[in-house]
Amino acid sequence: MSDFDESEWETVIGLEVHAELATRTKLFSSAPNEFGGEPNTNIDPVTLGLPGALPVLNEQAVELAIRVGLALHCTVQRSIFARKNYFYPDQAKNYQISQFDLPINIDGWIELPDGKRIGIERAHLEEDTGKSTHIGGGGRIHEADYSLVDYNRCGVPLLEIVGRPDLRNGDDAKAYVSELRAILVAVGASDGKMEEGSMRVDCNVSVRRRGETEFGTRCEVKNINSLRSLGRAINYEAARHVALIEAGEKVEQQTRHWDESEGRTHKLRSKEEADDYRYFPEPDLVELDPSAEWIERVRSELPSLPAQRRHDLVDRTGATPAQAGLIVERGLDALCIAAVDLGADGSRVVTHAEHNLADPRAVDLTPENLAKLTEMETGGDLSATQAKQVIAEMVETGASPVDIAKAHGFEAMDTDALATTVDEVIAANPDEWQRYCDGDGKLTGFFVGQVMKATKGQADGKAVSALLNARKS
Amino acid sequence: MSKRRSVGRCRDRSADSLGPEMNDRISKDDVEKVARLALLHLEPSELETFTGQLAAILDHASDMGQLDLSGVEPMTQPVPLSNVMRADEVGELLDRGDVLASAPCSEDGQFRVPPVLGEPS
Amino acid sequence: MTHDGATTYPTATAIAEAVAGGTLSASAVLDAHLARTAASEGTIHAFNHTDDDAARQRANEIDARVSAGEDVGPLAGVPIVIKDNICTKGVPTTCSSRMLDGWIPPYDATVVRKLAAAGAVTVGKANMDEFAMGSSTENSAFGPTLNPRDTTRVPGGSSGGSAASVAAGFAPVALGSDTGGSIRQPAAFCGLVGVKPTYGLVSRLGLIAFGSSLDQIGPLTHTVADAALVLDVISGHDSGDSTSLPTPAPRVSAHLDDGVAGLRVGLVRELMGDGIAPEVLASVNQAAEALVAAGAIVEEVSLPTIDYSLSAYYIIAPAEASSNLSRYDGVRYGLRVDAPTTGEMMERTRTQGFGDEVKRRIMLGTYALSAGYYDAFYGTAQRVRAVIRGDFDAVYNNVDVLLTPTTPTTAFKLAEKVSDPMAMYMNDICTIASNLVGQPSMSVPFGLDSDGLPIGVQLMAPTLGETTMFAAAAVLEAAQPLGSQLGSPRTLVANEGGL
Repeated sequence: MSDFDESEWETVIGLEVHAELATRTKLFSSAPNEFGGEPNTNIDPVTLGLPGALPVLNEQAVELAIRVGLALHCTVQRSIFARKNYFYPDQAKNYQISQFDLPINIDGWIELPDGKRIGIERAHLEEDTGKSTHIGGGGRIHEADYSLVDYNRCGVPLLEIVGRPDLRNGDDAKAYVSELRAILVAVGASDGKMEEGSMRVDCNVSVRRRGETEFGTRCEVKNINSLRSLGRAINYEAARHVALIEAGEKVEQQTRHWDESEGRTHKLRSKEEADDYRYFPEPDLVELDPSAEWIERVRSELPSLPAQRRHDLVDRTGATPAQAGLIVERGLDALCIAAVDLGADGSRVVTHAEHNLADPRAVDLTPENLAKLTEMETGGDLSATQAKQVIAEMVETGASPVDIAKAHGFEAMDTDALATTVDEVIAANPDEWQRYCDGDGKLTGFFVGQVMKATKGQADGKAVSALLNARKS
Repeated sequence: MSKRRSVGRCRDRSADSLGPEMNDRISKDDVEKVARLALLHLEPSELETFTGQLAAILDHASDMGQLDLSGVEPMTQPVPLSNVMRADEVGELLDRGDVLASAPCSEDGQFRVPPVLGEPS
Repeated sequence: MTHDGATTYPTATAIAEAVAGGTLSASAVLDAHLARTAASEGTIHAFNHTDDDAARQRANEIDARVSAGEDVGPLAGVPIVIKDNICTKGVPTTCSSRMLDGWIPPYDATVVRKLAAAGAVTVGKANMDEFAMGSSTENSAFGPTLNPRDTTRVPGGSSGGSAASVAAGFAPVALGSDTGGSIRQPAAFCGLVGVKPTYGLVSRLGLIAFGSSLDQIGPLTHTVADAALVLDVISGHDSGDSTSLPTPAPRVSAHLDDGVAGLRVGLVRELMGDGIAPEVLASVNQAAEALVAAGAIVEEVSLPTIDYSLSAYYIIAPAEASSNLSRYDGVRYGLRVDAPTTGEMMERTRTQGFGDEVKRRIMLGTYALSAGYYDAFYGTAQRVRAVIRGDFDAVYNNVDVLLTPTTPTTAFKLAEKVSDPMAMYMNDICTIASNLVGQPSMSVPFGLDSDGLPIGVQLMAPTLGETTMFAAAAVLEAAQPLGSQLGSPRTLVANEGGL
């Protein structure tokens, strides 16, 4: 929810996402792509920027970049690397090798689960920096006594995915990041873990009055470490801009830092302190021009992507878009479709996948067992409650639903036995029964519950309701 | 040799033929800004000297404005190569102890530096 | 001190042959060179670092392997000097800068590994202009090197220590690096052969970068055959250098006797003008006549845009250097000058660690790349570079090699040009174009001036045209006036005492 009048103001958001690529080694050297452990152990002359060291491009990083590019519907093109020059102790050479004028991937788009398309301007390769720890002053950078630098992360391959300013609210921004993460994971390019920093989101926010065509002055917000923070930071920042403008002030173009605990952004620096990165073509590297064969080979090997999988799931099972989003995220879409192909009821399959299969081990279920389970339900052999218990054990043990049901003695109660139990329950609760007969609908649940309790959940809820209804008149 | 001409500096240097940007002489302010970007400190007398010297070099370089470069692609590398890559295989690493022993200052397996103020500049 | 032009030192070719053949020990060869070093290094100051014990140990090892019947390689027992911007594992490598004073590389440059595998014995690291920026070796933080041919004069630069060490007989071979003439100009000033190979022919891995798209490592030797021998050892593809050529390296040693019959040689009109000393021009013309006498066809050609080389070079090289040298910040290695914050520490370190010429070029390069000036300077310079390359390509449609002076003058006096950067830069006028276009060139001694100082003539060839270039160089060497160079391939065979 925003703290300003959304009918009057429109928020414009563009995201820059840095994803660490899941290679074995660094972008330009053969040191392992691993960090977080003992500091300065995965270092070589290139990582440390030693005099005389030279970069050589990691082919697998390019392969992953192409995979992501194609998955984002980008054009993969001839690209060159450039040096971005700035002094900072994390950056061993005091320049970062990135792509500037000619990035490897350009002009793509992402489809959100609700069908919106968000443009991708570019997705380019660059190297990560090392990490500084600030000692003293409570770990705050400005008050530290000194800092310690670990270069294990320096040189790790990153893909910077620059989205167009097509997003209009925090929820869409979150959906965009989720979708991007799903794509990165699906193509095996990155583990996409935002909290661990393997996917980092910088957020450009501006506001304008509805109907205006020009963009407002934007601020870039850094240090967003979760989807929740992303939504909060956008709402905070947009509200800040609206408040400034409504107070007759101007928004200054700034880079700002999101403070999760305070729930607000702080100014890091203004863009007037102009960055002059002195980009120029990296003379130690040659142009990268993937052949059409390479690109087509990668394209042919791409797995089915989340958007396509959602469409397929909706088409084949009748799932709602929201259900499809969740099921695809859990990776259960193929299972559901296969079960339906075996004759299972789509609606029951989807309901199970949505409500009863949050356990990550659910992906190991066989379509045959899932189909059998739904068949037992529709045939009246299992009540909904029993089915829930059976499916939980199926995930746990991998056993067939028939065996599990048998082991628990789950069998459909014959109608006579159920009728007897219903009558016993009515007899035991005369007051409630009277109120039920007088039309207190809330008591349906009470009686169904009592019957369930008496039958240890073996009864079919619908059958109980029918019996109760029959006895009322 | 039939025709002799002096090396280098005898061409017409009329200002008209120079690019507009290159025609502007580098100022002390420019040099100060550049020194700041390059993290070099200049004493006032050095600033004076360097400004004069850089101006002379840039004045000389401005003769490039006389050439018709329309349609000419920049040449970034002497021998054009493409797609030079290596397999994604782990290679030899440096020993941390050796590296830190030759570092100006280290602590706990890391490079120690004075407090860092603010974000990358 | 002026050297006697008749003094001769043994060549690498002769040494390697004798050591491999068991007629001479690597240790004896080394001792003779160390004795000369001990006698005159105090005056010349060619070295930043020597380690006689390590060299002796290495020579003993070579001798033991020869005794055991092993083939120790084409440079068996050849003493060699390495320019101090080429990384040597465990041996200080400073670029003649306070910034790297005391830094010890943890790895060897590819060329150093190749030399070791070929049986060479490293005797020391040569003085140079700081970070290879200069043409006189006066920009060394550790003091200038003097020219052994006349110690009141500079040896040239930036590979001045390399050139002086060979000219003084401290080693028959030195490696230099050439970004705009830094091998060829000191070779010319010291009466040596100096080669800048085709860009990408010799690996740059482990060469401390100055201008990455211009830098090449090459040999300085007494003779053309020695230069060929060394080039054949150090050239070839290196997967650790992305700009290394994937094609097989030409084997120049095999083509030294090809001769020049029918070879078309171009004399570059633009480099035969008034700015070149008459005695130098006379040598070039004499060299042209020598080639004609050997069957070549010499004609005048024009490289109309070569005059713009200096401008393009003094934008491109400093631009690349400004970025290459930003890693020297006091954080990871080398000098640190302490300060209360990291930013100030970096600034103080760089301010105190770099000399004036380095600062000048860093600022020039930073300016040329900075916002608002990139297109006017760096972008323009790279386009001019393409135009110059086009001129060369056109000329090579009609001729096989080019012949020019290496330098406008012979070796100048110490301190003569040190206060005028522009005058110093003009020294590179004949050599710079080869670096810009990435093509091979070499300086061959050809005659002396009236002061007895050596004159160098330059041969240039198209990309990977080394074999033709060396064949022409061999012809010039055979025809060179007496005293042009100090060594002679015949020395060792004729007189083993000539060690």
